[in-house]
Amino acid sequence: MIPRPQSHSHALGPGVTGPELLVPTSALLERPPAPTPLTPSCGGHAFMVDPLQLHEASSHGDAGGPRQHTKYPYVTGTSVIGIKYKDGVMIAADTLAAYGSTKRYKTTQRVVKVNNHTILGAGGEISDFQHIQTVLNELTDEDYRMDDGIEQTPSEVYAYLGRVMYNRRNKFNPLWNSLVVGGVQPDGMPFLGMVAMQGTHYVDSHVATGFASQLARPLFRERQHDDMSEEDALALIHDALKVCYYRDKQSINKFQVAKATASGITITEPFCLDVKWDYELFKQPTKWAVGAW
Amino acid sequence: MFRNQYDTDVTTWSPQGRLFQVEYAMEAVKQGSCAVGLKSDTHVVLATLKRSESELSSYQRKVFKVDDHMGMAMSGITADGRVLCKYMRNECLNHRYVFESALPVGRLVKQVADKHQISTQRSWKRPFGVGLLVAGYDMTGSHLFNTCPSGNFYEYKAMAIGARAQAAKTYLEKHYESLPPCNMDELIRHGLRAVQACLQDSELSSSNCSIAIVGKGMPFTILEDAALEPYVSAVKEEDQPAIAEPDAVVDATTVVEAEMVAEPAVDNTEAAPADEDEGPRPMEI
Repeated sequence: MIPRPQSHSHALGPGVTGPELLVPTSALLERPPAPTPLTPSCGGHAFMVDPLQLHEASSHGDAGGPRQHTKYPYVTGTSVIGIKYKDGVMIAADTLAAYGSTKRYKTTQRVVKVNNHTILGAGGEISDFQHIQTVLNELTDEDYRMDDGIEQTPSEVYAYLGRVMYNRRNKFNPLWNSLVVGGVQPDGMPFLGMVAMQGTHYVDSHVATGFASQLARPLFRERQHDDMSEEDALALIHDALKVCYYRDKQSINKFQVAKATASGITITEPFCLDVKWDYELFKQPTKWAVGAW
Repeated sequence: MFRNQYDTDVTTWSPQGRLFQVEYAMEAVKQGSCAVGLKSDTHVVLATLKRSESELSSYQRKVFKVDDHMGMAMSGITADGRVLCKYMRNECLNHRYVFESALPVGRLVKQVADKHQISTQRSWKRPFGVGLLVAGYDMTGSHLFNTCPSGNFYEYKAMAIGARAQAAKTYLEKHYESLPPCNMDELIRHGLRAVQACLQDSELSSSNCSIAIVGKGMPFTILEDAALEPYVSAVKEEDQPAIAEPDAVVDATTVVEAEMVAEPAVDNTEAAPADEDEGPRPMEI
């Protein structure tokens, strides 16, 4: 019998005989032996993976079983809000990463600094957001290595993320995020834009993702204008965050606000807002309910 | 320099630590026709002399637009230069597609210089035989770079490469300090005068030179033939030995009268004033 490289099946996992054994050698490709799948006498599926068949299968496009793509997000963040004001932009989000209905991680940072002029907030799958941060760090590192004082501007980061998200969407393997990019451009103008998981992107004076697009947007439409002062902007952000916390079940009373101005980026420590829950009807909610016991 | 036993291969060092093949490639740049670049705070101008193979053929194209904010002039083996131009245009396009913004000039020049360096360190390649003058205006201001076959690149306030470039450099060395505040017209005229210095047998005309300009609010534009005529005329007018007119009066837009150009053109290369009896000078109109 011709000695052939053997490997355990995918079900048992990699590592025992090494993935390199799944690659057929040139000798195998030149003179492929007659295929004899070894089935165990007890009945059941053949567990020996024939590298030649695998090679042929891969050239037909479905190597080793069906390709898996992102179908559902698992650990998610909710809304992100952003507004422009006189000196720059503010982006805010809560610090919750939920695992379905469970409020699993209560100290995630969902608004981050990208470089000295750009901030990014994300809702959706947190692991994809971490991947996006890695990718953006590579961009910033490239700027550092170039050593010419030029940094990616907020609009460039926004355009880049738009291309990344659209590209992943085209592969049917999206990064499951809604991103809010903000900052101050080199000419001093504030910039604020949003990129969705399909690659849809737009710029505006105020953006909101997730629940906030229903809850906070009316507040922004009423009260936001591009030359509002910092105190007014912060008050508006707080009100919007409060509304989102009241009405979104997947949120917590712990927020961070990132601010980008011409002089730099600041991200606040997590803080909470005053919320009122002691309404009369909340005290015994089922007291007057029909059929309550 | 003369032939020696260390110059056959680009990957052979000489005992003095020189790579002769690279140096010979730089000689090829010096054989090309002259290209001059100069910049002010807001604009960059490239001026080149066009050479043609014979009277029947068209002129060899030396100035290429790379992107709206950047362009280059080459001197040397133009086929190599075309390949680099295609590469630069591709990089700019890709950058615009991904980032929706202009690729900073210095970064692209660095990439081009790295491409040059690769061919100086592979035994199966030969160095590029072309020098580029890259002119561009990006968010950090106006830039003029010179790349050379060795893989080095330098940023310049003004530079000339190619045949008889030293004459142009002499002119530029005299005038480079007055360049930064220049406006577009003045800069073009400086460029034409610099390139005129490189001419040996012929005189400056709108058919044997070309100008390219890029700057703040001005996308890369090539001026040739008819578009260049006013500037060439202006330069020739100024070169008339001045009787009582200061040069500063010359304004390019007023010197379009072609009939005025026809008479004194022949005297351009001579120093003797011959137009004292030719009537009022055009600037007076």
